[in-house]
Amino acid sequence: MSVLALRNLVVSYGAIRALHGISLEVPAGRIVTLIGANGAGKTTALRTISGILKPASGSISFQGENIAGLAAHKIVARGIAHAPEGRMVFSNLTVLENLRMGAYLRRDRAGIADDIARVRSIFPRLAEREKQPAGTLSGGEQQMLAIGRALMSRPRCLLLDEPSLGIAPILIRTIFDKIVEINRELGLSILLVEQNANLALAISHFGYVIESGRILLADTPDALRENPSVRAAYLGG
Amino acid sequence: MIEFLQQLVNGLSQGAIYALIALGYTMVFGVLRFINFAHGDIYMIGAFAGFYSAPKLLALAGGGPSFAGAALVLVAAMALCAAAGVLIERVCYRPLRAQPRLTVLIAAIGVSLLLENGGQFAFGADPQAFPEIIADSAIDLPASWGEFSLLTITVGQVIVLGSTAVLLLALRAVVLHTRTGMAMRALSLNPLAASLMGVNTDAVVSFTFAVGSAMAGAAGILTAIQQPSIDPLMGINAGLKAFVAAVLGGIGNIPGAALGGVLIGILEALVVGYISPTYRDPIVFAVLIVVLLVRPSGLLGKPEREKV
Repeated sequence: MSVLALRNLVVSYGAIRALHGISLEVPAGRIVTLIGANGAGKTTALRTISGILKPASGSISFQGENIAGLAAHKIVARGIAHAPEGRMVFSNLTVLENLRMGAYLRRDRAGIADDIARVRSIFPRLAEREKQPAGTLSGGEQQMLAIGRALMSRPRCLLLDEPSLGIAPILIRTIFDKIVEINRELGLSILLVEQNANLALAISHFGYVIESGRILLADTPDALRENPSVRAAYLGG
Repeated sequence: MIEFLQQLVNGLSQGAIYALIALGYTMVFGVLRFINFAHGDIYMIGAFAGFYSAPKLLALAGGGPSFAGAALVLVAAMALCAAAGVLIERVCYRPLRAQPRLTVLIAAIGVSLLLENGGQFAFGADPQAFPEIIADSAIDLPASWGEFSLLTITVGQVIVLGSTAVLLLALRAVVLHTRTGMAMRALSLNPLAASLMGVNTDAVVSFTFAVGSAMAGAAGILTAIQQPSIDPLMGINAGLKAFVAAVLGGIGNIPGAALGGVLIGILEALVVGYISPTYRDPIVFAVLIVVLLVRPSGLLGKPEREKV
């Protein structure tokens, strides 16, 4: 059963259509990746799911309810967390304050403390830098913080937008291992958007290829890796 | 020496007023990145709210000027201004939020003109005598202070400084230690990320307008205690000065607004005392120009690169 399902989602920026009716599903407890080139509509798709953008038509069903067009803060409350492209940590707030912001809608102090401890154990580097303003962290550490912050809302579904973007290669490996760990240990469903198709397919259970606002292919990672057009366009031949 | 101290005392009590008004400019700038040019007029609304409510509220507090009565008037003016600020944002600025920032800025100038001219229509253009809500007199300083006992410090000045200190500390507590304060800070740092955390942007913006306008309302009453002549255009000059104070401290920076207000107040007093009252306004506005040229991010602000 799918936690998240998009049906014929159409999104426009003014007169320019960015998504021409895309459909995709994220089954419970799975990592699904959406790969495609810059400007294909990946970020637009995620921002529409989390309510930053409003769809022109189509539906977004989350745990059986249509959430298309709800305000962003209501969608977080339903259980979707979004670690946005470019990380967008609150640079003047400390690491700990950033994590607390992630739990903004929650009132259960004990639960929040437990989850902060969990983020510490997933990302020990954040624990070491807890009192530092987030703006002083390296790109990779900021990405860890963005993911940790997203976990603080105790989501059922996590949207990750380009977690490898602008990050030192050694840290990319760590971050992708952590994504797998989070998926496995917390049973969290993840929709992962990536330009780095190799990395994304290596950790996903299912993949979609998006091009110019349309879903071109939907298949298992192995099948996508074997597909000649995917190899040519996204996997470096 | 004693004259210099006297100017400092006078400057401080005027600076407290500027600081209270400057907070509203800086808080709104922090969350929406625009200058609410109608903010000075909210200060005028505060003074008139006090003017009309004082007789009834003083009677309620036992009749005649009293601390309790003055406190009631202060709270009433703050509440009314908070409501006015929220209403103005809801009706005039929110519908324009998706438009270029210049549009909202021009709308704010429109609101300002509306309040000033509407004020003249509703309250009359002539200055009104603000009722005495507290018995303002010079405090007799003990002779044991020696030379310092020659200072003139009035009850009004003490009340202005005391109330301002309390309001600033309360605001600090709200911003640093409450959920809404945290949301305000998050919103001013990154609005998109804040809404992804579940922050209801509209609610936080309303709250910001409410708090900023309440501070301006308090400033209106505190001014009227010291200079009991109020008129519908009193917000123009005070608003501009407070705007200079906010820029001096670093627009968007709350402690900066308080610091800027105090510095502008003291600067004015020194200019009036040692140079000439004629140069008071030109020198304050020269400060604005110099700050913008030399340190546009202000005393406490951090340089911010505009994203393109």
